[in-house]
Amino acid sequence: MLRFILGRLVKSVFILLAILIFNFLLIHAAPGDPAAVMAGEAGAADEKFLADLRTRFGLDQPLYIQLWTYLKGAVQLDLGFSYRQQMPVAELIATRLPATLLLTGVAFLLSLVLGVIAGVAASARQGSWGDTIISTLALLFYATPLFWVALMASLVFSVWLGWLPGFGYSTIGAGYTGFAHVLDVAKHLVLPATTLGLFFTAIYMRMTRSSMLEVSRLDFVKTARAKGLRRSVIQRRHILRNALLPVITLAGLQAGQIFGGAILTETVFAWPGIGRLMFEAINQRDYAVILGVFYISGAMVLLFNLITDVVYVIVDPRIRLTK
Amino acid sequence: MLKPFKFIAAALALALAGPLAAQDGEPQAGGTLNVVIQPEPPGLMLGIVQNGPTQMVAGDIYESLLRYDSDLKPEGQLAESWEISEDGLTYTFKLRDGVTFHDGEPFTSEDVKFTMDVFLRETNPRTRTYMDRVESIDTPDDLTVVFNLQQPFGPFIGIFEQGTAPMIPKHIYEGTDFANNPANNTPIGTGPFKFGEWVKGSYIHLVKNEDYYMEGKPYVDEVYYHVIPDAASRAVAYETGKVDVLPGGSVENFDVPRIRELENTCITDKGWEYFGPLSWIWVNENNKPLDDVKVRQAMMHALDRNFAKDALWNGLGKVATGPLSSSTRFYAGDTPDIGYDPVKARGLLEESSYNGETIRLLGLPYGETWQRWAEAVKQNLTEIGMNVELVPSDVAGWNQKVADRDFDLAFTYLYQYGDPALGVSRTYMSTNAEPGSPWNNVSNYQNPETDKMFDEAALMASPDDRMAAYKTIQDMIVSDVPNLWLLELGFPTIYRCNIKNPVNTALGVNDGFRDVWIDRN
Repeated sequence: MLRFILGRLVKSVFILLAILIFNFLLIHAAPGDPAAVMAGEAGAADEKFLADLRTRFGLDQPLYIQLWTYLKGAVQLDLGFSYRQQMPVAELIATRLPATLLLTGVAFLLSLVLGVIAGVAASARQGSWGDTIISTLALLFYATPLFWVALMASLVFSVWLGWLPGFGYSTIGAGYTGFAHVLDVAKHLVLPATTLGLFFTAIYMRMTRSSMLEVSRLDFVKTARAKGLRRSVIQRRHILRNALLPVITLAGLQAGQIFGGAILTETVFAWPGIGRLMFEAINQRDYAVILGVFYISGAMVLLFNLITDVVYVIVDPRIRLTK
Repeated sequence: MLKPFKFIAAALALALAGPLAAQDGEPQAGGTLNVVIQPEPPGLMLGIVQNGPTQMVAGDIYESLLRYDSDLKPEGQLAESWEISEDGLTYTFKLRDGVTFHDGEPFTSEDVKFTMDVFLRETNPRTRTYMDRVESIDTPDDLTVVFNLQQPFGPFIGIFEQGTAPMIPKHIYEGTDFANNPANNTPIGTGPFKFGEWVKGSYIHLVKNEDYYMEGKPYVDEVYYHVIPDAASRAVAYETGKVDVLPGGSVENFDVPRIRELENTCITDKGWEYFGPLSWIWVNENNKPLDDVKVRQAMMHALDRNFAKDALWNGLGKVATGPLSSSTRFYAGDTPDIGYDPVKARGLLEESSYNGETIRLLGLPYGETWQRWAEAVKQNLTEIGMNVELVPSDVAGWNQKVADRDFDLAFTYLYQYGDPALGVSRTYMSTNAEPGSPWNNVSNYQNPETDKMFDEAALMASPDDRMAAYKTIQDMIVSDVPNLWLLELGFPTIYRCNIKNPVNTALGVNDGFRDVWIDRN
């Protein structure tokens, strides 16, 4: 197991490097650069001003030198400097990452737990009213665009009912500490986390349901029934455990995708995370920030994949890890 | 012979009381002001970053020598009085006594000289061009500054607002690398509010400057600027009572009619007179057949700008009559007619050299309204028989395409800074047409006659002479239609009615909340 993990970590370094190079080239292929954006905001820049900015940002260097300078820093975990925000990128990401981890983590757990429970419940009585309702809801969540759900949730629960705050991370200026602060953040978290989690809840539910039904038709389940095991034991120990394998694969893949969804959710709910940071950085062509976020999110996706592989072994002892 | 003219500010007492305060009863001290800021500013050091959001927040922290009322008349801010010599060459400012920066150091004439002569020359391209007209700056004593100009420059008295000329502490910046000075993260000015805290991605907190030089001001204890990236969420923030002021452009236009109907909600389109934001479509005259004046005239008459104003801007703003906003000095309303007339447009197009070429129209990537506007223009032009293709882009891409002149028609809007010599001539002078910048004479309009007149008009000391010159210039430019002028944009400020005086100068909310108070009765 240790050899496997070490091997994967070495591979990950190369994959990360490839991610950085690819994205570096991609973002430089888009028209416009940060100097033009910043000069544009100044309203009346001249050629000299633009040239000064480009020199200051190192944009007057050939592309391969810019790439080399960046990679040299990245290998030493130096993510560069955001000229726009006047801050080291690492520091910028460090201040924004916890909010994203909280949001995506809660959304991920919420959708996984709810999705699996709903999937198990639906598959227990295939074709029943319960199954139909759960399946229809799942289809609805699956098909509804995220931004629309976000706006509607905000309209209903924040504007009409006034139950939950519609934007932000905490009540600004309230000065809560301790438990009051935790409660305040939790209240702010409800709408964005639920919105972000809905789509994935639907996916886990559908996956769990179909996988459960498939496994329940296999021979060893019949054997278990013939042995006279209780229905709940068969469901939990025999069917669910085998049915979870594809769900775990999906969860590993989607841990990365959920970052993508966070960009939208964070923008609508003014959640101060790295998804929004990246969205703004792309608009402003803040190269160092864009690459920094890719670096961190790339590393996390690789980490999640590694965790998924390890979890496989724990759930299904038949699987042996090889390098 | 130059006519003598002289300004002495006798408005100190009036300024102290706040021009509108009297109408609304006695100002009450205390309270918190919650304002939307969009997008999040890149920095708050107003001498280095000059974008709109920066000015809105930093306009509370920094001040300049003057402010301007809605008729663009100067009022004293850090200057108590000022005098312009008869020949228009010498500007003498008397500074207020007892003004200190937020760190307690006194504000003196040396700070003014350092700011204008050293700091802003290096960091602000716009201020640099104005300062190129200044021969020298004298500081005979701590409270007197004298600007000696090389030639008379009429608009000079109009540059002392805090976006163009924010007063910067010499004791902090002298001899440092301005752009990378760590002090930029904790801006120090003389303004009514001090920098408190900035939680990136969430909010900026400013606190009352207890040592402010105007007795009793500012009235409110603190200001929070909330960073909310989505326009619909900004509307929700107002509806749910989390914010009290929505500065111009915070919400989509189609949301404005709904929000203005909410209880205790006031709206004003004032506070944009200094900037006079004017929108138009650049016409790339390097590309055939757009160099043909008949094609341009045809396009101008094809545009139904009243429709755009009513349907897309909800009736906000004004249909433009030419290159100047009506709030800009020396505006002439009686220029040749450029109104909607599709029949005339079709006739002109038939007489022109247009031969069915596809015209690429680059929209402005500033949200829904602009996107729809580009579609409406495409429709108008198609109706008179032109082939138009919409080109999408984001902000960075737009900048690049316009700077490289990679378009046929391109939407834009620019500020005019109150005077044609400050914010209009730059877009029409043939000497300012080099590719590489999206804010110069992008159309490549070449007219030696207007070039010469723009140069001369800027140097006239008499306002009457300038008016006559600019009237001729406007007539000539409107006949040539180098750009398709659209609307004088209306960016209404929406606020709760018990917030008093959020807008009382030509710069509106950008001028800071010195006079704002909250009625809690």
